[in-house]
Amino acid sequence: MITRLTAQIVKEILSYLRDPKSRMVLIGPPLVQLMVFSFAVTLEVDNVRVAVLDQDGGRWSHEFVQRLDAAGFVREILYVERPDDIVELIDRRKVLAALRFPADFSRDVAAQRPAAAQVILDGRRANSSQVALGYLNQIAGDIGIALARARGTEPPEIVVRHWFNPNLIYQWFVVPSLSGTLAMLIALLVTSLSIARERELGTFDQLLVSPARPIEIIIGKTVPALVIGTVLASVMISAGVFVFSIPFTGSVALLLGGVMLFILSVVGIGLTVSSVSRTQQQAILGTFSAAVPLVLLSGFVTPVENMPGWLQIIAQANPLTHYLIIVRSSFLKGGPPADILAAAWPMAVIALVTLSAAIVIVKRNLE
Amino acid sequence: MTVPAAVEIIGVTKTFGELTAIEEMNAVIERGRLTGLVGPDGAGKTTLMRMMAALMAPSRGRIRVAGCDVVAEAAGVHQAAGYMPQRFGLYEDLSVIENLRLYASLRDIGEDGLDRTFERLLHFTRLEPFKARLAGRLSGGMKQKLGLACALMARPEVLLLDEPSVGVDPVSRRELWGMVQELSGEGMAVVWSTSYLDEAERCDSVLLLNEGKLEYAGPPRRLTARLAGRSFAVRGIEIDRRGALAETLELPDVRDGVIQGASIRAVLREGASPDALAAAVRSRGGVVETVAPRFEDAFIDLLGGGPGGRSAIAEKMDRVAASDEVAVSCRNLTKRFGSFVATDDVSFDVERGEIFGLLGPNGAGKSTTFKMLCGLLKPTSGEALVAGHDLRHAPGDAKLKLGYMAQKFSLYGLLSVRQNLEFFSGVYGLARKLRARRIDEMIETFELERYLGASPDALPLGYKQRLALACALMHRPPVLFLDEPTSGVDPITRREFWTHINAMVRRGVTVLVTTHFMDEAEYCDRVALMYRARVIALDSPDGLKAGTATPDLPEPTMEEAFISLVEAADEEARAAA
Repeated sequence: MITRLTAQIVKEILSYLRDPKSRMVLIGPPLVQLMVFSFAVTLEVDNVRVAVLDQDGGRWSHEFVQRLDAAGFVREILYVERPDDIVELIDRRKVLAALRFPADFSRDVAAQRPAAAQVILDGRRANSSQVALGYLNQIAGDIGIALARARGTEPPEIVVRHWFNPNLIYQWFVVPSLSGTLAMLIALLVTSLSIARERELGTFDQLLVSPARPIEIIIGKTVPALVIGTVLASVMISAGVFVFSIPFTGSVALLLGGVMLFILSVVGIGLTVSSVSRTQQQAILGTFSAAVPLVLLSGFVTPVENMPGWLQIIAQANPLTHYLIIVRSSFLKGGPPADILAAAWPMAVIALVTLSAAIVIVKRNLE
Repeated sequence: MTVPAAVEIIGVTKTFGELTAIEEMNAVIERGRLTGLVGPDGAGKTTLMRMMAALMAPSRGRIRVAGCDVVAEAAGVHQAAGYMPQRFGLYEDLSVIENLRLYASLRDIGEDGLDRTFERLLHFTRLEPFKARLAGRLSGGMKQKLGLACALMARPEVLLLDEPSVGVDPVSRRELWGMVQELSGEGMAVVWSTSYLDEAERCDSVLLLNEGKLEYAGPPRRLTARLAGRSFAVRGIEIDRRGALAETLELPDVRDGVIQGASIRAVLREGASPDALAAAVRSRGGVVETVAPRFEDAFIDLLGGGPGGRSAIAEKMDRVAASDEVAVSCRNLTKRFGSFVATDDVSFDVERGEIFGLLGPNGAGKSTTFKMLCGLLKPTSGEALVAGHDLRHAPGDAKLKLGYMAQKFSLYGLLSVRQNLEFFSGVYGLARKLRARRIDEMIETFELERYLGASPDALPLGYKQRLALACALMHRPPVLFLDEPTSGVDPITRREFWTHINAMVRRGVTVLVTTHFMDEAEYCDRVALMYRARVIALDSPDGLKAGTATPDLPEPTMEEAFISLVEAADEEARAAA
């Protein structure tokens, strides 16, 4: 049995790695994608143009505009004369936001009455304009504090601190998540093709008439994919630590365990897809229809907590959901063992269910 | 003014990178004749066909079809020539008549008289009753006829048919042949490419290609006539005809030899006397008779003769221990896919040390039966046993008794030849030392040394087959399952393959083989002929032939026997209905 298993594992590894081209396809693109995406997938709002219509021209509108000019997220301020210009600028996507100070703005501030300024945002870019509004509110708050100080009253100070990622560096958030997403896609692809390819070539029949049992066939295909996926994820995690200098605060051993459980459950999904596919084409289609929801329902882009209840339940069957909790926690939160364990056991269940399903389906093939 | 020849091939060479597919070929194809383009797979037949159909330009030289140059006047060639590729592009979801209509509009054939043309073609191809049937639901033979109808639509001067008989059962093959002969009788030039040598024999003229070179051009009879007085049959062999063949093939005077039922057919070297042959077979009761040479004898002779009779691999195998057990048996085996019955109540036993052949047209159920026997499919009812085990539930050691060689030589293309050998020895659980020894043996006997680092996909077909056999024999199985093991393999490699099989059978190995080559059925001890999911005849090859002999046809060939049995079964079904 050991001889048979070794032969199958060696065969599988060779078929992934013997050909220099397939070796490159397996290793190259995920690493390139990690580098590219970690810069591209950013949720920060930067390089924004803002239009200002200053009908006040007083001290406080100037103060506001100067602070705005100094803010990091603004690239350029466009001064306009008429409200119609704002419409035009927003319409043509020249600016993300426009600020209008009414004529009595500074007077109201000086008189210690509530002063109002109008903010117009481009709703077509909902996400970015939300973030920009946050920045604008912060500037308004700062002015309020400065004002209070000037009057000699101590203002109520609000200090915002983001735990675990004090400067809200988005790469700290994106890179660990990418390590899971990209390793998952590769592991899913290689395993979903593996049985389907053998079936297409006729070698699967050759395997089925040999003494190799279905469980051995599945183990023979699981081990190499597990190794490849784990190595890939580990390389990407290391890149996070050494290339992007993300502080790693958790336990390496616990994370590695999490990675392996995660890849194992993904391999199970891939092999289940493969065992029901007649051709490689079907397997690829199957992978795509599995991969998109796996990524979208994982909390990679939108938090699972924001999903409707029934989707949250489905998200629990997604190994990536749990892996993201583990990897984010290990990087930034110190990775308390209790947290890791709570996320690890659902992956073990997914792996057990999918791998058994694959074995049963291969067995059924014989019937 | 003289009409130009149908096809003129002048100094044509075609290369693909390093590979030379056609080398310096000169030939003329006449009108009103059926010309066979003959040669083993990979000889360059399809390349030549595609060049004649102006789908591919020669690297050097010129080809003129009906006076038009295939490069400069491709449009003229497309007008003059009808081309039917190996797999005609029929739309499976369209009916027969819709396919014809679509093809007519693709070829820009005017509406005028189109219906009459369709009528004529459907009548000619006898497809009228199936006009409304979806092309996907036609049998292999009917598909080919529909392809032929499409190729004939524009009334071509030259009809190019690329292996039209592949995957077509003997009955349809005969019909197709009759149609094509009728066309050439009307003055059309028909080119029929084939690797079946019995078809070549019936052509008016043949172009014999081997490894891209034209070896012979002319009437097949002239080539066959060269062999007059060199072909012999050895009849009346009482014991071990396989041993007799092996010894015969080792005689220096013998160029070629095959088994034909209970007899041996041998071809002698030019000028050799049959005395040595007679002396060699006398002890076994064999009597040598002169027989008329056939095209295949001449073909093998032209290619330098067949392989010897020794099998190094079988010599290294231990004798399979004698026992009374039946090697393979099936009882009332039935398989249904939905409402379709693929195998219907099939029963037979295969004795130890026997070659048992499963023969039948495509879709007759032989592959399904085969798969149930080796445990790849679950029977709907009945049972299939190998050495007393149902292989679906058998433990690993029962599966060790079985060697399996699939139709398409299923090897791992992503692994090298050596890695394939290592994988198969490993998956059959051979211990490390034994594994190394067996692999070395296989490399030596099958001469795989120079291909060890290559991918099996890159091997010539003959070597692919050797490697597949080596992998199937790695664990020395006493029962061997071969699913169309020689389809697409040239006659010489085929002989070599049977030399190994014969030698193994002599050591007590049991062989179950499916085939559509009638001459291969002659190697079997017994043949089960399957048709429409049932076994319609089960006998020795000679028994089958004798059973169908009539006063008109006292000595039918295997193919003739096959056709008359199938026709009889059809008749019976009609009478019952």
